[in-house]
Amino acid sequence: MIQFENIKLGYGSRTLIANLSAKICAGELTALVGRNGTGKSTLLRAIAGLGDIVDGKIIIDGKDITSLTAPEMATRVAFVTTDKVRITNLRCRDVVALGRAPYTNWIGRMQQSDTRIVEESLASVGMSEYADKTMDKMSDGECQRIMIARALAQQTPIILLDEPTAFLDLPNRYELCSLLKKLAHEERKCILFSTHELDIATTLCDSIALIAPPQLYVMPTSEMIQSGHIERMFSGDNGSAKIIENLLRRTK
Amino acid sequence: MRNRSTILFCTLSALVVLLFAADIAVGSVNIPLRDIWATLTGGECDAVTAKIIIDIRLIKAFVAILAGAALSVSGLQMQTLFRNPLAGPYVLGVSSGASLGVALFILGAPLLGFTASPLLTTLGTAGAAWLGAAAILALVASVSRRIKDIMVILILGMMIGSAVSAIVQILQYLSNEEALKSFIVWTMGSLGDVTSSQLLLVAPAIIAGLIIAISVIKPMNMLLLGESYARTMGLNIPRTRALILLSTTLLAGTVTAFCGPIGFIGLAIPHVARILFRNADHRILLPAAAMAGAISLLVCDIFSKLLALPVNTITALLGIPIVIWVVIKNKNIV
Repeated sequence: MIQFENIKLGYGSRTLIANLSAKICAGELTALVGRNGTGKSTLLRAIAGLGDIVDGKIIIDGKDITSLTAPEMATRVAFVTTDKVRITNLRCRDVVALGRAPYTNWIGRMQQSDTRIVEESLASVGMSEYADKTMDKMSDGECQRIMIARALAQQTPIILLDEPTAFLDLPNRYELCSLLKKLAHEERKCILFSTHELDIATTLCDSIALIAPPQLYVMPTSEMIQSGHIERMFSGDNGSAKIIENLLRRTK
Repeated sequence: MRNRSTILFCTLSALVVLLFAADIAVGSVNIPLRDIWATLTGGECDAVTAKIIIDIRLIKAFVAILAGAALSVSGLQMQTLFRNPLAGPYVLGVSSGASLGVALFILGAPLLGFTASPLLTTLGTAGAAWLGAAAILALVASVSRRIKDIMVILILGMMIGSAVSAIVQILQYLSNEEALKSFIVWTMGSLGDVTSSQLLLVAPAIIAGLIIAISVIKPMNMLLLGESYARTMGLNIPRTRALILLSTTLLAGTVTAFCGPIGFIGLAIPHVARILFRNADHRILLPAAAMAGAISLLVCDIFSKLLALPVNTITALLGIPIVIWVVIKNKNIV
């Protein structure tokens, strides 16, 4: 579970989120939505310990993340960034094995249990047969799955993903999010991912976190749809109102 | 995969031993193998031959191994740290930094009226090279934190190199003949300039650099995925960065201080290791790069002795085709 206590988020003189308290629950898939530049990535990076919040506290496991060291954070939060990782000669199995780094010794020696966890992680994203391939010859969707397997191998209660669906086609997007939902439900993980796909957020996710500066609303999906926040935030003057209305009517 | 690595490591080890022997056997004076063997095993032979073998060739071969391994490992570290296949001690201006340090010491100190004993000169040259290399590395590293663009970093390295040569030229212009000559000789780079007493400083410094490099093998593997991933996997980024820069300074700085600027080994040889082993794991790449570096500098040294050319020119001629290949292969790099 991730708890926000009176957090203030922003960069420079710009405040994105002010005085917010909310929580993201374990065992749920939560979509983080918001317009461009509203601070989705900034918020995710702050939770992962990669960036600072201006004020307030982010609490994980009952502990303020500023009191946790990098190795302590690594056993609690795994992060899948938007970085494209394509390293020649690095096989998928090795990438996923790097997820065991917080648990291995100084030279990164893999125990039997580590190897088993790597294979299980690959299997749970359906990429077992890619284990010996290198990522420079794979599609974006396949690479994304490998990076998720790496996060799973890290065995953290919380997984954050920054726009994991960005480069995927429609079937792949749904497949990926169904996979995330399954992981959240079956392994009781707290999974938070940012996305621009409102259709996925409203149909597949358990909860939605919507950034409407300077507010962040976190609600179960059905409640969020009823609340009207989505329409208010996403309806421009240019016809997108109509699309949103149709989308939400269907899901209601 | 494991078999391939084992076979390759055995081959490389054998090559190091073989070329080490060949490097001792080759030289401007023709010495029969029998006499070389006699000298090394403590048998009978005349004093002049013994002096050539022990004081010149043996030390030179040791220096070739140490310097080759050092330059190659420092190149590997920089390529990983900067996530840039074209990084290397020479390209990023580390060698220029060391040159500047040495120039300030050799040319600058006499201008200010200092004269030093040979021992102080040795220590001063090393210290100046380390400081110069460390300063440039710190500068490049701090800029690369803010600017992620590979091209900018490379251009920065080139600009630093140009700025350094301009400053060095000014110093040369102002200097007296004697200081000028000792600096020019230094810039030509030679593995043979290291004396046995200097080796006592060179070897520990390079070994220390290699030990630090070994200690950051796992962090370097994590850095393959980039700093954000490395940090969320529990890596202490500032500490790792400092250790890698320290190691690189010790490795590239020491070699540059005592052998002059030797180009292309640091840039090209890590790629040779990658191609040979088809692996990105530093547990394999680091020893592979060290051995390949030692081999390549031994080969360059043998050629330089046979052709009576400076070793710099040979490393450049051998290294450039590899670098061009890397550039062409990576033309789509972001």
